[in-house]
Amino acid sequence: MPITQADIEKVANLAHLELAEEELKTFGPQMTEIVSYVEQLNEIDTTNVEPAIGGLTPEGERTDSSRADEINGSLGQKTALAEAPDPAAGHFRVPKVL
Amino acid sequence: MSRQSVEFSITAAEKLNETLNAFLQIDREGALQRAAELEKSGHVGPLSGVPVAVKDNICVKGLQASCGSKILGDYHPPYNATVIERLTKAGAVVIGKTNCDEFAMGSSNENSAFGPVRNPWDTTRVSGGSSGGSAAAVAAGIVPVALGSDTGGSVRQPASLCGVIGLKPTYGRNSRYGLVAFASSLDQVGVFAREVEDVARVLSVIAGRDPQDSTTADVPVPDYAAELNGDLKGARLGFPRTLFGKGLDNEVKQSVESVIDVYRDLGVEIVDVELPNAGYAIAVYYIIATAEASSNLARFDGVRYGFRAEEARELRQMYRKTREEGFGPEVKRRIMLGTYVLSAGYYDAYYRKAQQVRTLIKNDFLAAFKSCDAIITPTSPTPAFAIGEKTDDPLAMYLNDIYTVTANLAGVPGISVPCGLSSERLPIGFQLIGPYWSESMLLKLSHGYEQARPFTERPPISAS
Repeated sequence: MPITQADIEKVANLAHLELAEEELKTFGPQMTEIVSYVEQLNEIDTTNVEPAIGGLTPEGERTDSSRADEINGSLGQKTALAEAPDPAAGHFRVPKVL
Repeated sequence: MSRQSVEFSITAAEKLNETLNAFLQIDREGALQRAAELEKSGHVGPLSGVPVAVKDNICVKGLQASCGSKILGDYHPPYNATVIERLTKAGAVVIGKTNCDEFAMGSSNENSAFGPVRNPWDTTRVSGGSSGGSAAAVAAGIVPVALGSDTGGSVRQPASLCGVIGLKPTYGRNSRYGLVAFASSLDQVGVFAREVEDVARVLSVIAGRDPQDSTTADVPVPDYAAELNGDLKGARLGFPRTLFGKGLDNEVKQSVESVIDVYRDLGVEIVDVELPNAGYAIAVYYIIATAEASSNLARFDGVRYGFRAEEARELRQMYRKTREEGFGPEVKRRIMLGTYVLSAGYYDAYYRKAQQVRTLIKNDFLAAFKSCDAIITPTSPTPAFAIGEKTDDPLAMYLNDIYTVTANLAGVPGISVPCGLSSERLPIGFQLIGPYWSESMLLKLSHGYEQARPFTERPPISAS
């Protein structure tokens, strides 16, 4: 099923990507080719096949990964803001939402 | 003693970097300081003083973590990945961060925002990817061991192309805390070395349950190095004949088939096995991995760290511009694909379908392992190709992963071991895939091969 310009724009919007003219032109055919390739999965009968829970092993599934609801350490405000592009008064400052 | 080996590695890394571009950061000062501290304190540990290189998508506190991308800007993680904590506690010294395909997406290291890594065996050729820098660093003798990450083959494939050993353990063996996520159900930290024993030693140090990563399993970590020797008689090696057909380079085929002869001579029984759904693995992988990536990479938005686009006057515009300018084309392509297959109306047709076929692939392995202890395949369908040769056709590039993705989909461990050179003197590797938690058997089989037929060749570009 060919992927149209409109599809590309819609997906780019969902993915928060502002694609350049060039990209809008090349991504379409590339994605169409890849999607056609993956559509071969339709050849396979998957009636009654459970979707996999990732790469998890039975031992992994059995491992208890809960912990007590206790306060452990955390990064702390200073460290958390250390890499921020625009820290301000203990916050991450961003452009406004219009 | 620490200082000498660390100094040697740092100097070699610096000297060879213009040629190989394997490192994105070399930490001369920090590493030498650490080595001095270890000597002074008389530290004794499994990896005392061993210089290590780490892929730039694994967090090392105080060093950069670019993930091969511009979007992380000058990000320096404020914490260590768990595998790094364990490595350094054992006495290892991280000398630098290695180049990789952007966010681990690629099979050639040509998707790095900082230029490709060149293969030490022929610098006009790719190192393989995505952990190309780590593979090249070990191949060139700069460091004895390196860490990488493997989501669809990103440790095993570059290991094969660079003539070193690369191991991806069972999903849940190693902690992913501090590994920048690409596809959370597929990612694993992996190990590169030139000797099986070194892989074993590092694995024992880094493996094990981590409360910070709930997907790690509560399975004991053996002393892998202690279990390497011993008779291989009676071990059963599965041979999936149909995977050795079309698309496989003839020299690779012959080289891997000769490995089977070596195992036969060691008393290993060769058994025919089938993996009927293996041919669909690439399709399954490029749905699941891209879907998970589209979710994982949503966090790169210019808000809390890394690069932020400048001209945006509105929040959503800032997200879009930051991501447009910060991500490279392959990353964008995969985010787009992943978003598409997860979007309303397509989720069942693509993502759910892929997860079902994934179950079939898992079941193929479980069935095969009833009659064998490990399965042998080539690691890569060809030796290293030329830089630029496959960059125009994304799908052609994806097909490099044909032998490796199945292991990630099923969660089983896999190891690549060098087995020869092509007529152009490019390394060829074979892969062993085993059942869950069979790292001991894989390492033992690899060690047995290594003893019987040591790979002593060294690349033209080598640390002296």
